[in-house]
Amino acid sequence: MSLGMTFGVGLQGLAGNLVTVEVDIADGLPSYTLLGLPDAALSESRDRVRSALTNSNELWPNRKVTVSLSPAWLPKSGPSFDLAIAVALLIANQTLPNCEDTVFLGELSLDGKVRSVRGALPALLAAAKAGITRAVVPAANLAEAKLMVDLEIIPISTLAEVLRWLRTGERAEAEPLDLQYESDEGLLDFADVAGQPRARLAAEIAATGGHHLLLTGPPGAGKTMIAQRLPTILPKLSIAQALEVTAVHSIAGTLGNRLPQSLLAPFVAPHHTTTRVAMVGGGAHVIRPGASSLAHNGVLFIDEAPECGPGILDSLRQPLESGEITIARSIGNLTFPAQFLLVLAANPCPCGKFSGRGRNCTCTSQQVRRYLGKLSGPLLDRIDLRVIVDPVSRIEMAQNELGESSAVIRARVIAAREIAGKRFAGESWKLNSQIPARALRTTYQPERAAMNFLHDELDRETITARGLHKVIRTAWTLADLHRHETATLNDVKQAYALRDGVEL
Amino acid sequence: MKTVKKKSLNISTGAVGEEHAAQFLLKRGDEILARNWRIREGELDLVTLDHNGLIHMIEVKTRSSSAFGHPLEAIDSAKAHRIQRLALAWLATNGALGCDYQIDAIAVLISSDGSHTIELRANVL
Repeated sequence: MSLGMTFGVGLQGLAGNLVTVEVDIADGLPSYTLLGLPDAALSESRDRVRSALTNSNELWPNRKVTVSLSPAWLPKSGPSFDLAIAVALLIANQTLPNCEDTVFLGELSLDGKVRSVRGALPALLAAAKAGITRAVVPAANLAEAKLMVDLEIIPISTLAEVLRWLRTGERAEAEPLDLQYESDEGLLDFADVAGQPRARLAAEIAATGGHHLLLTGPPGAGKTMIAQRLPTILPKLSIAQALEVTAVHSIAGTLGNRLPQSLLAPFVAPHHTTTRVAMVGGGAHVIRPGASSLAHNGVLFIDEAPECGPGILDSLRQPLESGEITIARSIGNLTFPAQFLLVLAANPCPCGKFSGRGRNCTCTSQQVRRYLGKLSGPLLDRIDLRVIVDPVSRIEMAQNELGESSAVIRARVIAAREIAGKRFAGESWKLNSQIPARALRTTYQPERAAMNFLHDELDRETITARGLHKVIRTAWTLADLHRHETATLNDVKQAYALRDGVEL
Repeated sequence: MKTVKKKSLNISTGAVGEEHAAQFLLKRGDEILARNWRIREGELDLVTLDHNGLIHMIEVKTRSSSAFGHPLEAIDSAKAHRIQRLALAWLATNGALGCDYQIDAIAVLISSDGSHTIELRANVL
């Protein structure tokens, strides 16, 4: 009668379940049975655990070993249970004392080292919610684990270290918890962008009100440059937002490109040949978040948008509408957050030269029309700002002084967002782009002259009812930036111009 | 020639281990009903009757070093099933069908100085 018990965490998307790892060692022929719906990587744990134990100078019990991961109905995947199984096995073998209130995460290598795991942060969030107070995590995951302030984190790099800690209580001195959220601004700055006053303005409005943005212009005009710099003028993430972002990146295994404690809004730029699954998330056995979720609380930039395969851009319509994406697969339905600022960039025509007077363009008029027609109507309807980015002129390039820096623009964005925040106190939304249509017609109607202007446009059928709402939302953002009490005629006209790509 | 020699060495190791196991069981008070009972399907190493009247079919595995793993690890599921069938065959041949029986495994580890350790796993199937 020898039983051992430890805790691990099973992840399904961002949601984690505390998993009890029980090991029973009974008399009988040597065997190893793993129960509880393990996937292939988890079933292989037997050989990893065995070699790691032997190579850490521990005895492998040559008996009938039964490992049960409960709740048994929950499909479990991945190698992160290795450490929990190894410790439970030694407890069952009565060479380790019992260890409760502790969750063990880690993949074992054959020589007894503990490797990093995917999804450490969401796993720890789930453990903390289930009442666990201590967590043993691989040293490689320490940076993200440290974000969990209410858990005692024990970083380890070898199985032997864990066992020494459990037996004697002695462990390598953990570094003091320096929870410094960094804002890795890096090298990007709006000051690098030469000229482009209109695109700059559009970027500022997009950042302030959360309006989606379409940039059209010839190659080399600076569309990508502007989009890349958007995170530097977005307000820094709140701690809660940063945790969400890090959790998603932790599951996707992309924390290599991003500091776990970063407060900078993420910037994700999938290539236009990307697949639908890569865009919204999915996968057969393990469901991973896609680009739209990696861009949660940040910017999703799709360059050469008309070159995207059919249906790929339209797969973004659900997250654009609801701010999250639900993926249905045979192993269950998973929901990932996907609240992003969409920035599309497009050439005006296949050859890219149809701008200004279009003198050098070699495309037929039909080709030009068809090219931007690839962006579907329903998608374009969700984009508030459509801006033409002209080639940089000689005069702009020759100017010596730099443009406004990101810091200056960000200060204005934050100030304008504060004004909007005060106006929306008590409402369920925070940004101008999120005002529901009904509220636009009642509480948040622009001034009378502005409404008359919009109604005239509606009569002339130059704008749809939905388009009218979009214009009003953008107008409110402009009002906030200009410190107007309400959206004025000027704000509305400017917003209208920004929606249709018309010259200001 | 060499391989034959090697094989005979293994057979003698097995025989020594079975002898150790038999002595161990006799000391425990069992009566030995059969040794190396062989039919076409295979062989039962030991069949004993303990003082409670329970018949034991015993598979003995002998190793002279644990370099190739625990001796009992050599019993895989195919071998286990064969022992199960042999047990029934033995009961049938000896008119003991319906008697209580169980299948045990004994691991004998012989060290280079001639001493040995015996490990008994009762009712393994």
